[in-house]
Amino acid sequence: MSEKKKTQKDILLKVWSYIKRYRILVLLSIVFAGIVVALTLYLPILIGEAIDYIVEPGKVDFDIIKGILVKSAVIAVFTAVLQWIMNNFNNKITYHVIADIRKDVFERLQILPLKYMDGHPVGDVVSRVITDADQFADGLLMGFSQLFTGVVTILGTLIFMLSIHPGITLVVVCLTPLSLVVANYIAKNTFSLFKEQSVTRGEQTAYIDEMIGNQKIVQAFSRETISLEVFDETNERLEKCSLKAIFFSSLTNPCTRFINSLVYAGVALSGAVVAVNGGGITIGGLSCFLSYAKQYTKPFNEISSVVTELQNAIACAGRIFELLEETPQVKEPENAVVMGEAEGKIYFEDVSFSYVPEQKLIRNLNLTVNPGQKIAIVGPTGCGKTTLINLLMRFYDVTKGAIKVDGNDIRDITRKSLRKNYGMVLQETWLKEGTVFENIAMGNPEATMEDVIRAAKEAHAHGFIKRLPQGYDTYLTEDGGSLSQGQKQLICIARIMLILPPMLILDEATSSIDTRTEMKIQEAFGKLMKGRVSFIVAHRLSTIRDADVILVMKDGNIIEQGNHEQLLLKKGFYYDLYYSQ
Amino acid sequence: MGKLLHFLKGYEKESILGPLFKLLEATLELFVPLIVASLIDVGIANRDLNYVIKMFVFLVVLGIVGLSFSLTAQFFAAKAAVGFVKKIKHALFKHMEELSYTEIDRLGTSAMVNRMTSDMNQVQSGMNMSLRLLLRSPFVVAGAFIMAWVIDGQAAKIFGITILALTVIVYGIMLITIPLYRKVQQKLDGVLAATRENLVGVRVIRAFGLEEEEKKDFADKHRELTAGQKFVGSISALTNPLTYVVVNIGIAVLIWQGAIQVEHGILTQGAVVALYNYMTQILEELVKLANMIVLLTKMVASGNRIQNVLDMESSQEFPEETLTASRKEMPHVVFENVGLRYAGAAEESLSDLSFEVEKGQVVGIIGGTGSGKTSLVNMIPRFYDAAYGAVYVDGINVKDYKKEEIRKKVGMVPQKAVLFKGTIKENIRWGNPDATEEEIWQALRIAQAEEIVLGKENKLDFVIAQNGRNLSGGQRQRLTIARALVRKPEILILDDSASALDYATDAKLRKALQEMEDKPTVFIVSQRTVSIQHADRILVLDDGRPVGMGTHEELLKTCEIYQEIYASQFKKEVSGS
Repeated sequence: MSEKKKTQKDILLKVWSYIKRYRILVLLSIVFAGIVVALTLYLPILIGEAIDYIVEPGKVDFDIIKGILVKSAVIAVFTAVLQWIMNNFNNKITYHVIADIRKDVFERLQILPLKYMDGHPVGDVVSRVITDADQFADGLLMGFSQLFTGVVTILGTLIFMLSIHPGITLVVVCLTPLSLVVANYIAKNTFSLFKEQSVTRGEQTAYIDEMIGNQKIVQAFSRETISLEVFDETNERLEKCSLKAIFFSSLTNPCTRFINSLVYAGVALSGAVVAVNGGGITIGGLSCFLSYAKQYTKPFNEISSVVTELQNAIACAGRIFELLEETPQVKEPENAVVMGEAEGKIYFEDVSFSYVPEQKLIRNLNLTVNPGQKIAIVGPTGCGKTTLINLLMRFYDVTKGAIKVDGNDIRDITRKSLRKNYGMVLQETWLKEGTVFENIAMGNPEATMEDVIRAAKEAHAHGFIKRLPQGYDTYLTEDGGSLSQGQKQLICIARIMLILPPMLILDEATSSIDTRTEMKIQEAFGKLMKGRVSFIVAHRLSTIRDADVILVMKDGNIIEQGNHEQLLLKKGFYYDLYYSQ
Repeated sequence: MGKLLHFLKGYEKESILGPLFKLLEATLELFVPLIVASLIDVGIANRDLNYVIKMFVFLVVLGIVGLSFSLTAQFFAAKAAVGFVKKIKHALFKHMEELSYTEIDRLGTSAMVNRMTSDMNQVQSGMNMSLRLLLRSPFVVAGAFIMAWVIDGQAAKIFGITILALTVIVYGIMLITIPLYRKVQQKLDGVLAATRENLVGVRVIRAFGLEEEEKKDFADKHRELTAGQKFVGSISALTNPLTYVVVNIGIAVLIWQGAIQVEHGILTQGAVVALYNYMTQILEELVKLANMIVLLTKMVASGNRIQNVLDMESSQEFPEETLTASRKEMPHVVFENVGLRYAGAAEESLSDLSFEVEKGQVVGIIGGTGSGKTSLVNMIPRFYDAAYGAVYVDGINVKDYKKEEIRKKVGMVPQKAVLFKGTIKENIRWGNPDATEEEIWQALRIAQAEEIVLGKENKLDFVIAQNGRNLSGGQRQRLTIARALVRKPEILILDDSASALDYATDAKLRKALQEMEDKPTVFIVSQRTVSIQHADRILVLDDGRPVGMGTHEELLKTCEIYQEIYASQFKKEVSGS
């Protein structure tokens, strides 16, 4: 528990570091809130006073009443203005804190090692950046302001009530907590009903997901009637438990309202009794008391919900700070080399690597690649083909040994200049939201339309792009919208055809393209890559027969090495692999 | 949304009693200020303690009766809302099952799932709230107004003006902010999409060294979002201060007016207090109503989305009974000058397609990505209708078949191997609910899936997880083949179904199919020549048009595209097979 308290305190301190920038606004907001609450509570007293001067015919003091009413109108306007300014301050603080935090998180994401991205589901990180940031700022700032005004209101009401009549105040103070007790009791007892509802609802959603999501199959097998029957069964069950959960939880409001009306009646009774006995309460005072009695319970109900909200906000903040405090990738050395156009001589010197220490993947790998060579990497799934690419691009750093390009250890080269020397196409295509043109021109913002069309033609993508509604200006939504996987791969290839880097990496880059088009693209690459280095990971062995060197990998090791003919003659692992496909 | 209301049928009693009891409760509430007024004017003025206590008891009784009314109202409202949504869910689920593939494509599955889930929840809570509160707030406002009028006609004027001013403020601000909030939401969606995109594309972004541009993009997008949030926030922050001012000025005028009336002996002091109380009640209810309206707009939006799907009619009509064969002399499956154009597509996906297939033949269909292979086979069980020409099965146009009948003739193995939560046995029985265990095993054997099942604990009773997550791609594929075979279909369609199988299994499968007793007519869609080269006839598609038809040997001689496809896979296959 104390451990938990400590982390909560830690988190709040970090939160403060973000709010600190707006501390003047925060201070003003608190002061304004205090004034607003005090004035809001003062107004009924004024009205009560005015009522006291309206006794009976002939006993109405118009001058005093006029003075009081003008005063109350002025106070109302003043309060309203303060309230509006305060609201704007609160909005400004909230939205700017969200923006600041998101900006920091996003910048942190740009320098986190790939290991983090690979180890965390995208949805999880996105929800930290978006939902958690929102909930945290909303919950924390709104929560605090509600908590603050709530407490001030309660205290203020108490003071005002005491100043009018301590005895009647006692009635209010004793009766009000009842509504909290009732609300709590109902919440506790409906919890299990809600849980049952959410379990049943989850079950129904899963079924909808399956049957509506695969509606085509359902229809192909004429399963419509059966699946409707199953659906109806859960639907009936959900109806029953939903009814229970909704009904019992909806008891809260009427019940607390009932307690409030008891308080109200209690005030009316005790006030009247006091007044009848001449105990020093005026009619105006009583009416003012009655309106307080109505207001007094509200902040109590609010505060109890604010506390849960605050807990939630702190949890959200915790998740964001966790992300903000992830260790970034290793810093580049001060004197890192900015590599120009590479020649393409690559050495793997005694390289070892593993994603997790317990599981060695690549062990003592030595390899020399000469300019102009085409290197193919083959092997069964999980043998480390993609790992090799992660190392070449320096998405991950080697655990032992070194990779050198043109004589420089890649850890001594700036990441940017190293990566710019590679053109990379992955099996998992990625298109940015934007036009086809922008997507192809990604590597070279200065490219002209002619350049882009030329690249698209080389990639055999021009044909289908031409047929898109707006050709190269067609706007692609997230992840390529309606394009097929094959078409997306062609655009990614066109992207590389545009920049023609000295070194090329194709990781299953043509897996979704039919073999005939694939061959044509290979030819185009062959022409373009003369004198340059290319690494090709392929599943279909037929596409890599003409590679200069084929690396056969198994369990992280290169077990065979040579060209197609040499490897077949060896009758080793490659031979088996080739004929098993 | 309006049209959905007929689903309240069967819940008429609840949907009338719910609001009614709520109104009764509200009426009771309206009496409270009157009681307090007479408590002041009679009880305190005459120093009559008995009267005071009587009034107190009256207040408590009102509270208890109000509580019981309100509980009754909550119950009926919840019952009607839950039942209402249950009925819509049933109707929508049923309706979705009647839509044709064309409508399913148009809607998209994620939209369909959303209609069934989140939209339904929105409608349920909106309906529940409406039944409880929609009538209550206007009623209380009107009631307070009438009460004020009964007490004093002059005061009623002040009430009228105040109510009008409050309404204008509350709804005016809402009208302005609702579209603004929608815009802000879109901007937030944009920021979310940018974050997502950045994470998914991290390798490419870093490969191109675009981190700085990404940061700038994100900051720009977010700046717009923040500006929008602050703007709409400052407008909606006006609601409370403005209503506060209006109500308090209203009260000030009311008291002034009251003072004059009391001076003239028309009103009592207690009546002024009552008027004051009614005024505060009105403010409370109007704010509640405003929140209610927000919820209501959401409900109506969801309801309309649901209604739109319900209004969608299937673009296919199936006859009640299958017509008798008009052209009995025809071969098993015939495509007669068929063209297909998907709804909303600019170009035809299939054009001028004519061919005939005899019973028991094996037909291979090959072509590049997007050449129309899947479209072609989808027309046989009439998943899509021809734009022109006709498809015949057993001499009957597929449009003249009863729905179940044409589907029964076909065993479909789709590209994506989808299985459902449940045992293997249940999944295979999708093909034929009456299949015996022996028939299931037989289908599994032909589909080369027997070893998979034997390798599982509980064999046929092995429980497959949702989406078949606990099986490999190849295993799923073979089970979907068995599912199609257990129907003993006249026509078997393998839509690129062997792509996850290795060459050896693929070959065994084809051999087993050939050895079946009642050999079905088989359509094999593939990108690999090796899977179809032994077919009786191969159809080569390019961009939706037939560019070659014949046996493997014939096509190698005559069809250029087939030669190219073959060449791209050739060497391997010669040495491989």
